[in-house]
Amino acid sequence: MRTPLFLLICFVIAAAVFAGAIAFGNDYVFFAGYVVLQYVVLSTAWNILGGYCGYVNFGSAAFFALGAYSTVAIYKFYPLPIPLLLVVGGAVSGLVGFGMGYLTLRLRGAFFAIATLALAVVMETLVVNWDYVGGSRGAYIVRPEEIYPIGNYIRYLFLIMLLLAVAAITIARLIERSRLGYGFATIRDDELAAEASGVPTLRLKLVATTISGALMGMAGAPFPYYIGYLQPSSTFGLEYAVNSIAMPLIGGTTSWVGPLIGAVLLGSLQQIATVTISSAVNLLIVGCLLVGFVIVAPNGIVGLVHKYLQRKPDDFVGRRHVETESPETVP
Amino acid sequence: MIFSFDLLINAVASGILIGGFYAAVTCGVSISFGILDIVNIAHPAFIILGSYVAYIVNTTFGVDPIVTAIVATPLFYVLGAGIYQVYYVSFEKRGQESLRGLAFFFGLLFITEVSLVLYFGVDYRYVDAAYIGPSVHFGGLDMPLRILVPCLVSLLLIAILQLILKRTFIGRAIMAVAQDHFALRLMAVDPVRIKRIAFGISIATASLAGAFLIIIQPVEPSVGREYIGRIFAICVLGGMGSLPGTVIAAMLLGIVESLTSTFYGPSWAPAVSFGLLLLTLAVRPSGLMGR
Repeated sequence: MRTPLFLLICFVIAAAVFAGAIAFGNDYVFFAGYVVLQYVVLSTAWNILGGYCGYVNFGSAAFFALGAYSTVAIYKFYPLPIPLLLVVGGAVSGLVGFGMGYLTLRLRGAFFAIATLALAVVMETLVVNWDYVGGSRGAYIVRPEEIYPIGNYIRYLFLIMLLLAVAAITIARLIERSRLGYGFATIRDDELAAEASGVPTLRLKLVATTISGALMGMAGAPFPYYIGYLQPSSTFGLEYAVNSIAMPLIGGTTSWVGPLIGAVLLGSLQQIATVTISSAVNLLIVGCLLVGFVIVAPNGIVGLVHKYLQRKPDDFVGRRHVETESPETVP
Repeated sequence: MIFSFDLLINAVASGILIGGFYAAVTCGVSISFGILDIVNIAHPAFIILGSYVAYIVNTTFGVDPIVTAIVATPLFYVLGAGIYQVYYVSFEKRGQESLRGLAFFFGLLFITEVSLVLYFGVDYRYVDAAYIGPSVHFGGLDMPLRILVPCLVSLLLIAILQLILKRTFIGRAIMAVAQDHFALRLMAVDPVRIKRIAFGISIATASLAGAFLIIIQPVEPSVGREYIGRIFAICVLGGMGSLPGTVIAAMLLGIVESLTSTFYGPSWAPAVSFGLLLLTLAVRPSGLMGR
């Protein structure tokens, strides 16, 4: 499928989702849907580095919070419109991603993972000590009630996140089908061999960390407006990190469909579980699903579907044939 | 800021003591990550588990936390060996340890933390023991026993581990499995069994480290996360898998952190370990005593 056609289909689906949400008649669906869409962006962004290149980023929360806190910093100075904030948040997170990558990606993969894990702690320390953005007390952002063409502000935020999700998925799909994507795949499969055959591995990895970090920052930029009160310990919460890893791994990491499926399924499941059971239990469910899937179904839901589709009918018959025949043929 | 010599000496001394404790926290990772190449980022979760075991036994039976921890080491050993078996069958054997193995340990970390929160809540828990409270004075030096005792026991633990690694057959096999496990096979040793034993030992040290942690400070389930940066910073700085290097690096980090919190305020201390980690990775990735 050509990219313009794909984009068109995406927009049609997005418009349908938005219309459906309005038709639902209750604004709660926008609040819940915003979180699910935010996870679609986060998990797609994680997958660009994690799924395509095979480098694990545990610091999604740090990149996400960087985007959110750049919004707060700007808001305290002069409240800009959200699309501009997206650009700023993306730029800040992208830069940090580049810096992290430059320092650690020349070493073995595990070091990058550990460094990202520590990055979340350090960013939190910096924000806690930075009084301008509220420090450990947190920061308030007054959300406007209405915005001109759309009406209710939460609908506006929902729409922005919807468009960002479409953009993230399109970027992921474009990468997957380009030279860049093939380069990423060689790094994932055998970095040494890729390097030996002339793939500029360090440069490609830096591109991946920058894109991935920037998208996560963009997902975080509108967040202060959504939540209204931003606090370091919840913005840097482990649930962002664990969700943005669990969703692609559960969905399937090899293509853009995986993170989308994982985020929609797991995100909606969590929204339902938070309302019906409790938010701590739903995090436990995510953790158990993550561990279960990486052990039992390493290629996620997409992998399971593939396996099921490739199983031809006569293959089935043949196997059954062998099973029933073998005791008789062996004397 | 008033700079006084007394303050400096005290900061350095408490850094060394805390460093002894950090060494106990890190030695497990030095074995699993440094020697076996298993990136066990769930190690802090096992340490917190150790803290809670010490806490439960201490509040119900009044037993000393360190004694409890020593008694509990076989349990942690079995837990570690079991986890390694799962890890080996599902990831190492299939060659998928880099991405999915990491996610597996991350999931374990998360599950342990959330389960503890669900069961015990997020209140801080602490233990009672004779040495919590008093301190020894040494001229101008002030050494609280609650840090001195864990530090000494921790150094003893590391000395014993070092003896096991250097003198016993199993220990030498553990050192060898990292270098060449085909050669190990030729010596009629099963590398998987050796790795299982080593990983069991590494988790067993978490039992003791957990007890030290809850003696030194009150514990709640998410405290472990602060230690992830520290543990790996020390492990890398110490030269990945060298126990003497781990002790030196731990004390170095302890001193730097203690100086930072004395002169800049304790809220900056967590950033120190990360800075040190990045600096080490950028300047000297093989660490102080690299292999």
